[in-house]
Amino acid sequence: MTTMTDHTMKAFDTDLQDLARMVAEMGGLAEKQVADSVDALAKRDSAMAQRVSLADANIDALQREIEERAVLTIARRQPMAVDLRDIVGALRLANDLERIGDLAKNIAKRVMALNGEFPPPKLIRGVEHMTDLVLQQMKLVLDAYARRDVSKAMTVWRGDEEIDAVCTSVFRELLTYMMEDPRNITFCIHLMFCAKNIERMGDHATNIAETVHYIIEGHPIADQRPKGDTTTIAALRTAG
Amino acid sequence: MSVAAITVPTVTHSLSKDEDLVEKVSIRNLDFFYGDHRALKSISVPLYHGKVTAFIGPSGCGKSTLLRVLNRMYDLYPNQRATGHVTLDNQNILAPSQDLNLLRAKVGMVFQKPTPFPMTIFENIAFGIRLYDRLSKSELEDRVKHALERAALWEEVKDKLGANGLSLSGGQQQRLCIARTVAVRPEVILFDEPCSALDPISTAKIEELIDELKDDYTIAIVTHNMQQAARVSDFTAFMYLGEMVEFGETTRIFTTPSDRRTQDYITGRFG
Repeated sequence: MTTMTDHTMKAFDTDLQDLARMVAEMGGLAEKQVADSVDALAKRDSAMAQRVSLADANIDALQREIEERAVLTIARRQPMAVDLRDIVGALRLANDLERIGDLAKNIAKRVMALNGEFPPPKLIRGVEHMTDLVLQQMKLVLDAYARRDVSKAMTVWRGDEEIDAVCTSVFRELLTYMMEDPRNITFCIHLMFCAKNIERMGDHATNIAETVHYIIEGHPIADQRPKGDTTTIAALRTAG
Repeated sequence: MSVAAITVPTVTHSLSKDEDLVEKVSIRNLDFFYGDHRALKSISVPLYHGKVTAFIGPSGCGKSTLLRVLNRMYDLYPNQRATGHVTLDNQNILAPSQDLNLLRAKVGMVFQKPTPFPMTIFENIAFGIRLYDRLSKSELEDRVKHALERAALWEEVKDKLGANGLSLSGGQQQRLCIARTVAVRPEVILFDEPCSALDPISTAKIEELIDELKDDYTIAIVTHNMQQAARVSDFTAFMYLGEMVEFGETTRIFTTPSDRRTQDYITGRFG
């Protein structure tokens, strides 16, 4: 963690702190949405899913607020170097968090669509496991952002592989189920999309890790992003 | 001239390899004294032809002093001296044998406040040309016109060349001074805070002008306006307390400076 001396213009510090606080708040909301959406899925709780779906508007509103604040700060302060990266980083984070919110909302909508169908709990457990991993990643990366901790960000960046791997195995399982009995297809497809949504959330957490790295270091991560998601090829091959 | 040969504190060039930089002015281990006070401490920095180099730093860091060395302005004052090496096209300009009139024709300077002479617009420019060249009337008129065109002032003054230079607006006066500098065909142009007394539109015009001129000259600019340095320069040198703290490509200095002091200064955290 790097400590920064204050700006001569105190109000500039306040602007940057406000932005970071709003991003942190958005992160908290997104985490809750993800947890609640999968909770609703596990409990087949349509009312809860409904609430998750409606609450997404709060995240969207925060994103707009962050955008306005960032643009205003750039116009007013003409930030340079690390300050500029801070503001651009806040914009990017807000974008990724907003997408995570959308993905959670999509899971909630599928829970509502599943209304009445009861997928075997065993299948949902795989999705829940992925969610635990994603929530861990989100917590860690938001922490890395708040503390400007580049090593934590790199841990998140390298950790996405596991989520991808679990996603692949969930896909395989669901494919087997669908092949066993075509009546399983509807809920399996829904679950597949839920799993894919969670896997995408993991990608957004990785994006955020990259942004945090950029804010601190001033250049992008040089390595290739680790990839463990083979759902596009391997799982389908098994099916074929 | 190879870039690696420069002994500047923090130099990180990463210009595309195929770009050939010609080091027009080389400053090496330059010290400057106002009496006993050492105002510049072992400064080394290159000025490249066709590039704009910006000098930034808090007041009193030595930026203007450095500029004043480049055309030996300090020679006009007693008890001021420079030691070290400053070469223009490999010729040592600090040498006592240096012809100062010739040097100042080669190294033009534009100051913070526009300083037109109290004479006509035409004479403001013709005056300097006559010092160095003996031209026919029509040749002189061509030179004046060309200088005014280069300074993007011709269209505004072509119908009133006989008017007093002081009757122009601040921004026009500054461009008149640039025209006067350009008229004697310098190779290096030094700008010392050229826009600090101008409004934003005039500032934009001067910056546009610098951008147009830079292909043909070697330009150094001292500015307190960080955004201006970022906009107009290719290289930036950050100075502090008479020392060269960091020199490098402008794009890098203003995004990821290497030295903590540079970062604190450009982000407004100094002191």
